[in-house]
Amino acid sequence: MSSTTAQGTKATTSTKDGRIGDILLDVKGLKKYFPIQRGFLRRTVGYVKAVDDVSLYVRSGETLGLVGESGCGKTTASRCIIRLYEPTAGQVFFKTRALSPDGTPKMVNLLELSREEMNRVRQEIAMIFQDPINSLNPRMTVADIIAEPMVIHGKYVKGESEERIVELLRRVGLRPDHLRRYPHEFSGGQRQRIGIARALALNPSLVLCDEPVSALDVSIQAQTLNLLQDLQEEFKLSYIFVAHDLSVVQHISDRIAVMYVGKVVEMASSEELYTNPMHPYTEALLSAVPKPDPLYKSDRIIMQGDVADPSNPPSGCYFHPRCQYAVDLCKQKAPEFREVKPDHWVACHRAEELKLRGVY
Amino acid sequence: MTTTLETQEAKRSHSDTRPLLLEVQDLKVEFNIRGGVVKAVDGLTFDVKRGQTMGIIGESGCGKSVTARAILRMIPKPGKITGGRILYYRRPRHPKPGEEDKVEVIDVTKLDPDGEVIRQIRGGEIAMIFQEPMSSLTPVYTAGTHINEAVTLHRLLPIKKLGEQMAEHIMAYRHVTKEEARAIAVEMLRRVGIPKPEQRVDSYPHQLSGGQRQRVMIAIALSTEPAMLIADEPTTALDVSIEAQILDLMRDLQRTTNMAIMFITHNLGVIASMADEIVVMYMGKQVERAKVVDLFYNPKHPYTKALLQSVPRLGPKTGQRLASIEGMVPDPLNLPTGCVFHPRCPAFMAGKCDKIVPRWTQVGENHWVRCLLYEE
Repeated sequence: MSSTTAQGTKATTSTKDGRIGDILLDVKGLKKYFPIQRGFLRRTVGYVKAVDDVSLYVRSGETLGLVGESGCGKTTASRCIIRLYEPTAGQVFFKTRALSPDGTPKMVNLLELSREEMNRVRQEIAMIFQDPINSLNPRMTVADIIAEPMVIHGKYVKGESEERIVELLRRVGLRPDHLRRYPHEFSGGQRQRIGIARALALNPSLVLCDEPVSALDVSIQAQTLNLLQDLQEEFKLSYIFVAHDLSVVQHISDRIAVMYVGKVVEMASSEELYTNPMHPYTEALLSAVPKPDPLYKSDRIIMQGDVADPSNPPSGCYFHPRCQYAVDLCKQKAPEFREVKPDHWVACHRAEELKLRGVY
Repeated sequence: MTTTLETQEAKRSHSDTRPLLLEVQDLKVEFNIRGGVVKAVDGLTFDVKRGQTMGIIGESGCGKSVTARAILRMIPKPGKITGGRILYYRRPRHPKPGEEDKVEVIDVTKLDPDGEVIRQIRGGEIAMIFQEPMSSLTPVYTAGTHINEAVTLHRLLPIKKLGEQMAEHIMAYRHVTKEEARAIAVEMLRRVGIPKPEQRVDSYPHQLSGGQRQRVMIAIALSTEPAMLIADEPTTALDVSIEAQILDLMRDLQRTTNMAIMFITHNLGVIASMADEIVVMYMGKQVERAKVVDLFYNPKHPYTKALLQSVPRLGPKTGQRLASIEGMVPDPLNLPTGCVFHPRCPAFMAGKCDKIVPRWTQVGENHWVRCLLYEE
């Protein structure tokens, strides 16, 4: 644990704890509690612990997948990172060039920045949303939509920016004659491309993709995933890819963090995670994914009961009521999120002794 | 591997001898809208046998949901069935002695969509689960509406306890007492994975989460022991662990009650584990039909092949990129000439595919395809 707290303030690390490479984002102990208010006086009677101690990191140029079932806090966590929600506690270290006058990168805690500083940093973090219909203003043309981030950040230069918009449009696979059209004239896949072009307008280093392909058809989903990968290579982007579809996440991610009821329970490279899962929840989740093969013999693990209520979570490990490997210790003590192998983090008391099943 | 192949094959080829339940012949459904006529379903032919699962796959707008609604005569206006037949081989629900094997053939397309016969079939003998879990709570309720009818149309009434709605629905289709119906309701809620069903049965629909409401709708649909279940993207809004549980339940009921399932989805993983036979649709046309193993291991139509290659699979990373289908789904009012898939087809033959409409051609046992590559 001490090794994690020493982390983050340094831009480049290749240390004994195995975090080789250039860390772009380092999130520690992130928490977001939403108050539950009741009665005439709106007294706070409890909290929904939507994000409860999330720690993760993203290296430059890599994709971190964030998976979990609905309501596990993956979207809330990603929004806390750019302070669309104000986190209750935690630290979010991000390597930014926007705050130093000469553009040298430095690691800053986003949660300590002033409003004005945060706005400057936001140029470097873009978002792509799930719903390609509601995330585009229906009264703006495609050109205006893509120009908007430049206008907001005072980066819009007549002529030059217009060229850039055409270039972005071409890059995401749309035509320059689409510029004067409105979002409703496009299909779902094309709208998502507009959203991607807008996200790239300010040359971000980190893009938060919140379920970017789950509303798209299979063939369009494949096109979009390929486009995201091409853009990543070309512009050296880092992605946080939030999704519930494990096959999609595994395809696009270098590393994956699995969330359950507000906590990251396991984080490892995607190869490692599916061949050698170390948290029982990951194992159960992997076994439940339907495989597109009629001859595959399913031997999935049935999880008992429902997902825990984040306003009234169980004692100890939140997963223990549904876990087939739970022992007394799991009911009493919450497991620590620790690095059991280089670059493989897990929050489970029995991580070392259990031999869990992956996917082949 | 070979043993699994044989057993699966044995199980699946067995389907051919089972009695017919539903026969769709050259079905055509059109929507007459302002811009012209959309041929939502154009010449669809397949049959479903008792105890069999027929899968229909395709992307949005390919006509798979319209097909489901046509069978139940629930096509929204201005849609119309303009051709073909849908034959339902009906067996008596409560046969008199000696009449167990009596079969009555009904052409569903000839029925009055609001008539007595289709209302007996819809919801009870042919049950359905549709996708939209949220809209199932729409409080469209007038004093004259019977609970049963509302539930049949996939709506829960917000003003009545779950258990009462379920029990009324069950009693309308099965000869059981009120107590028995309630017991069935509790049991079904338990089987779809609703925690504490004995208590939940007394709660109101708004007290459930979206995922739980969808599970309740599934429980209701299955509670009448239907001869056939039409499931249109039933698990799309649910998490994988719950999805797996619901699919298990459907398979279970199929085994015990010999229920047929028509399973409509775009999720190839789900269909692979559920279906005996699969129909692939593209722009209202059936492009390929085969047994599930043949379709996944020996696909013929370029569209089917592309679809199978474009899904990411869990497992060792093979290539970094997914195969994708170039271009977009065409405008339904302005369909391409010849084969509708030709502008996106990797096997496009100039001068042929854009001129000649391919015929429905048999390429193997129970394996049909609509593509010029396979025509003499």
